[in-house]
Amino acid sequence: MLSRHADSLYWLARYVERAENTARLIEAATRLSATPIAAEGGRNEWEMAVDGTGTLDLFNQQYTQATQRTVVDYLAFSTANPSSIRCCLDIARANARSVRTALTMDMWETINSGWMETRGVNIPNLTRQELSDFLSRVKELSLRFDGSAYRTMLRNDAYYFLRLGTFIERADFTARMLALKADVLDPSRPSLGGSADYFQWSWILRSVSALTSYHWVYRDNLKPNLVAEFLILKPEMPRSLVSCYEKVTLNLDSLSRDYGRQGASQRKARMLLSQLQDTSLPGLFAIGLKEFLESFIVDNANLGDTIAEQYLG
Amino acid sequence: MNGFGQGVRPAYRTIQAWLDNSDPENLKRLQKEAEFLFRRIGITFAVYGDAEAEERIIPFDIVPRVLTGSEWATLSKGLTQRVTALNRFLADIYGAGEIIRAGIVPADLVYQNSAFRPEMVGLKLPHDVYVQIAGIDVIRTDDKDFYVLEDNARTPSGVSYMLENRDVQMRLFPDLFASRRIQPVENYPDELLTSLRSLAPVSAPAEPTVVLMTPGPLNSAYYEHSFLADKLGVELVEGRDLYVLDEVVYMRTTRGPKRVDVIYRRIDDEFLDPMVFRPDSMLGIPGLISAYRAGNVTLANAVGTGVADDKAIYTYMPDIVRFYLGEEPILKNVPTWRCREPDCLRYVLDHLPELVVKEVQGSGGYGMLVGPKSTKEQIETFRARLVADPDGFIAQPTLALSTSPTFVGEGVAPRHIDLRPFVLTGADKVRIVPGGLTRVALKDGSLVVNSSQGGGTKDTWIIDDPVDDASPPASVSQSQSQSQGG
Repeated sequence: MLSRHADSLYWLARYVERAENTARLIEAATRLSATPIAAEGGRNEWEMAVDGTGTLDLFNQQYTQATQRTVVDYLAFSTANPSSIRCCLDIARANARSVRTALTMDMWETINSGWMETRGVNIPNLTRQELSDFLSRVKELSLRFDGSAYRTMLRNDAYYFLRLGTFIERADFTARMLALKADVLDPSRPSLGGSADYFQWSWILRSVSALTSYHWVYRDNLKPNLVAEFLILKPEMPRSLVSCYEKVTLNLDSLSRDYGRQGASQRKARMLLSQLQDTSLPGLFAIGLKEFLESFIVDNANLGDTIAEQYLG
Repeated sequence: MNGFGQGVRPAYRTIQAWLDNSDPENLKRLQKEAEFLFRRIGITFAVYGDAEAEERIIPFDIVPRVLTGSEWATLSKGLTQRVTALNRFLADIYGAGEIIRAGIVPADLVYQNSAFRPEMVGLKLPHDVYVQIAGIDVIRTDDKDFYVLEDNARTPSGVSYMLENRDVQMRLFPDLFASRRIQPVENYPDELLTSLRSLAPVSAPAEPTVVLMTPGPLNSAYYEHSFLADKLGVELVEGRDLYVLDEVVYMRTTRGPKRVDVIYRRIDDEFLDPMVFRPDSMLGIPGLISAYRAGNVTLANAVGTGVADDKAIYTYMPDIVRFYLGEEPILKNVPTWRCREPDCLRYVLDHLPELVVKEVQGSGGYGMLVGPKSTKEQIETFRARLVADPDGFIAQPTLALSTSPTFVGEGVAPRHIDLRPFVLTGADKVRIVPGGLTRVALKDGSLVVNSSQGGGTKDTWIIDDPVDDASPPASVSQSQSQSQGG
């Protein structure tokens, strides 16, 4: 396929995934802000949410204070934030338009109608309910997009590039959410006591929609080391780093099989996957959770660059 | 008013019966549903200079336009004849120039035409086909004759609407289709691909690679470009996806370079190759024309076909048909005054309020004067333009355009229509799918059907010739009593 089309598919999937993740992040912050024990160390949950997207500096240039109003505006609607939900959907649709021929009708209709629906939301006087509806629609768009890709696309390079975008973006987001709270996940850190800890840990799980699945897997209370293990090392958790990298490797291998040629991105992805698979929980905390996650975020971004060099140039 | 005027043409009886049979509220609902479908599928077009409505849908009218099989037979014969002559004309003016030496078409109209491309002189194209895809706009004024309004020989658009209109019409009115055998149009992409492949360069492999080239998503016809590429199963490329090496065109793919043999380009001549045409164009491919001249790639349509859809050349089309084919033209030209000729200019200036005056190079319904619909002031402004540049204009009478019943806010009413069939020329023959794009002027009394000027479109049906039966079908009278009861 055309390199430019592969590039558009890859970014289309990344932006759809990013929009969904941001919607979940806003929902989690909204929930946390409604709990009695919200703030910790002077940072409120709204500022934390922005930090989770890695764009706190940009936010601070535009707003004086992190409140629900400013953060929702910034994360959901601002055109000055290239990763806001609105911008993500605009870019996703522009990419979709430029690769119409590589998308199935179901996928295009999902993107196009979802984009039209969410575009009409009137921002300044948004009620809580309207915000919640908006976020639901964004999640729905992403789910339908994913589902229609899964159910209607030919399993060829177009599909593989699309999936690569999804899983690289997803791994990035999960790692960022964990890094944000790496300190409260460290088991050696003195407990804040009772419900304060619970809200911090559950916040992480909620932001990646994993609270219920955690209970299914561990049948236990929230424990910080288990939260880390769940989101990094558990292959059955679809948003865990190891699960994302299984999929990344799979799709890259499918590409190399179809094209009859291996390259740097296949080697790099396999190396990252085996590193994750070889890691144990005590090992993770010995390296330092924050350090581990920060270096993962960099490696993941590098893999994206390598894919671009190999195929999208 | 039933929207059918005085005498309902036999071909329309089914439609009339259907409309009489339908609850107006239900029709309104279906009309809305059609619009919703078009918007959701994303069948939009962009209007340049209209930032507010960046993407609009062209209104779709749920009442189809109907032609009988025998009407179509005449029309398609005429179209084939006309396009064959057009191709002969282009091969001649970029070759020996016999028609000019014979004194039939003035040399300056050809060689000084801004669409004339000296780069094409002496070039031999595969099978001498210049216009692989033509969109010929025709109108009727009565039951008998078709008149050609315009020969679109550059990059005619609208064929996606022909196909989507049929699709939406079938989705909304499955019963209507069951009652009539309507000739299919959905094989158009197959016919197009066959035509294009038949015209690949001699040096191309047995399975030539065809691509469709678009200026990009900001182009007003981008939807159509992506739609067609999809239906053809070919890559939709932009200039930046292609490059030329040793006079061969390649595209950049995820598997490395791939040779391209045929480019169905939906981009104007002057943007094709910055090394030959506009140096500031970012849309084209440097070196494309060198590959073209070397015979390593086919462009559809060929470069320089704009001469043939010039409105000044149009006036000579009947002579062009006679000259090359030795036949009488089957399709008529609308009587036209060439303002460059002093007698004609005098007549036109004296009769401005009755005439339609068009720019020779204009398109899309822009820059024209519709005399009967214009104010004194508009007429005077146009008169000044005409006097300043008589060569730039032609004038035509306002014909009594035929109308078709059309669903408007208040119900069904007659509206003016035209028809653009798409004529494909391949190495072996000319192909035309039975139908075309019917455009309709939605404003009452308006003659302008262009989408940029508020026109809409309809599905176009070619049906078997009706058996002329004086008594109306039983279902009609029955339905009328039903609707009165309800």
